[in-house]
Amino acid sequence: MQNNPQLNKNGELQHLLSIDGLPREVIERVLSTADSFVGVTEREVKKVPLLRGKSVFNLFFEPSTRTRTTFEIAAKRLSADVINLNIAVSSQSKGESLLDTVANLSAMQADIFVVRHASSGAPYLIARHVKPHEHVINAGDGRHAHPTQGLLDLYTLRHYKKDFTRLTVAIVGDVLHSRVARSLIHGLTTLGTPEVRVIGPQTLIPEGVEALGVHVYRNMREGLRGCDAVVMLRLQNERMRGALLPSAQEFFKHYGLTADKLALAAPDAIVMHPGPMNRGVEIDSSVADGPHSVILPQVTFGIAVRMAVMSMVAGGSA
Amino acid sequence: MNALPDAERLCAQLADAIRPQLRPDTAIIGLYTGGVWLAERLHALLGIGEPLGTLDIAFYRDDYHQQGLARDPKRSKIPFSIEGRDLLLVDDVLYTGRTVRAAMNELFDYGRPARILLAVLADRGGRQLPICAQYCGAHVEVPAGVRLRLRRDEDGRLSLQLEHAK
Repeated sequence: MQNNPQLNKNGELQHLLSIDGLPREVIERVLSTADSFVGVTEREVKKVPLLRGKSVFNLFFEPSTRTRTTFEIAAKRLSADVINLNIAVSSQSKGESLLDTVANLSAMQADIFVVRHASSGAPYLIARHVKPHEHVINAGDGRHAHPTQGLLDLYTLRHYKKDFTRLTVAIVGDVLHSRVARSLIHGLTTLGTPEVRVIGPQTLIPEGVEALGVHVYRNMREGLRGCDAVVMLRLQNERMRGALLPSAQEFFKHYGLTADKLALAAPDAIVMHPGPMNRGVEIDSSVADGPHSVILPQVTFGIAVRMAVMSMVAGGSA
Repeated sequence: MNALPDAERLCAQLADAIRPQLRPDTAIIGLYTGGVWLAERLHALLGIGEPLGTLDIAFYRDDYHQQGLARDPKRSKIPFSIEGRDLLLVDDVLYTGRTVRAAMNELFDYGRPARILLAVLADRGGRQLPICAQYCGAHVEVPAGVRLRLRRDEDGRLSLQLEHAK
């Protein structure tokens, strides 16, 4: 616990960089705080004054619509001022270094940096260099982590399934390139989920993933049997280099979620997807829009989870 | 040892004091945690038709920037429209007045009530804001640094207790 850059000396969250390394009680605190924020988002006035006068800088070195938008909505509902910087097309193209960019924004009185970067570890680098009152939230770094997505997946699972210690969860598809999968696996094991499965072709399952406490299935039908939740991953075409896959059609045949494959899971199984979906590649439209799908509630919960994380890191003394 | 007044008796007295002043549309809102217990009692004793409202003011506290977010905030629930309504806000102990201010700030994010009255079981003085209770069970002298709070035991019995700061 010493030297965990995410926690202050009182063990409270000061940066959110990865679910890996977060103690169980911190994860549970995020989830219960998010639950109170869901109440706020159901009101007519969806704003609370917690971050009034604070500035949240969305630093997106890699394009994203949904994650950036939900962070922006979350910050605005906390009454913060939000500045969106699409760095991919600004200072980086002029040759400014990552830390120079951050130092300049810090001089503009930033309080929270929400960082998305193609390089794993970039948010850690920033967190090491910011001032004590500044906080960093990782919005996805390379293949490494996407902790707020992992937390919203955990929130969704808890919302529908209540008790993690009785769950069987399958994560299906392109695990190799997925920071979402990695974050979720850490969260599930920390919360005591007894059975976590990853399902996918050998080329898309990272070597040694069993060490994280998961069971690997190559055969999707076998892996889905009895699952309480099925988390489908997006096939990340833009991260594919070389021939890891024969074709999208071939992938769908073996690893696309269809109604007849889903029938092998528990009768009340839920289907999740971090978005954006490739219909007909990893998931069939009839499942994506079907009664087991909780894909749209995930988006709504994501706002409350991000409100919880921001209000937890930004409050109180360092 | 315990010179504190009996919370059960104060609760009954409060209900008796409030009853003649009720309006047909009066609704009750309790503040977590002790205020909700007291509000549940008053709600039943007074036979209020509207369901009970509950507020957790964690997102409206004025010491957030010093203290951070409260540990386990509950979800606020106001299951009726407060627009133009007569509201009775209920808390266990009135002290600085900051909790009540935060509660009123939160309430106005739900609408514009016609009137808000405040009922508390105990008033320990020490106000830092111009806030007073219209219904008060008892005035209790408590030394600074000691916390006065309502407790509820397994049988649901309410009692006032002192907690010395660590």
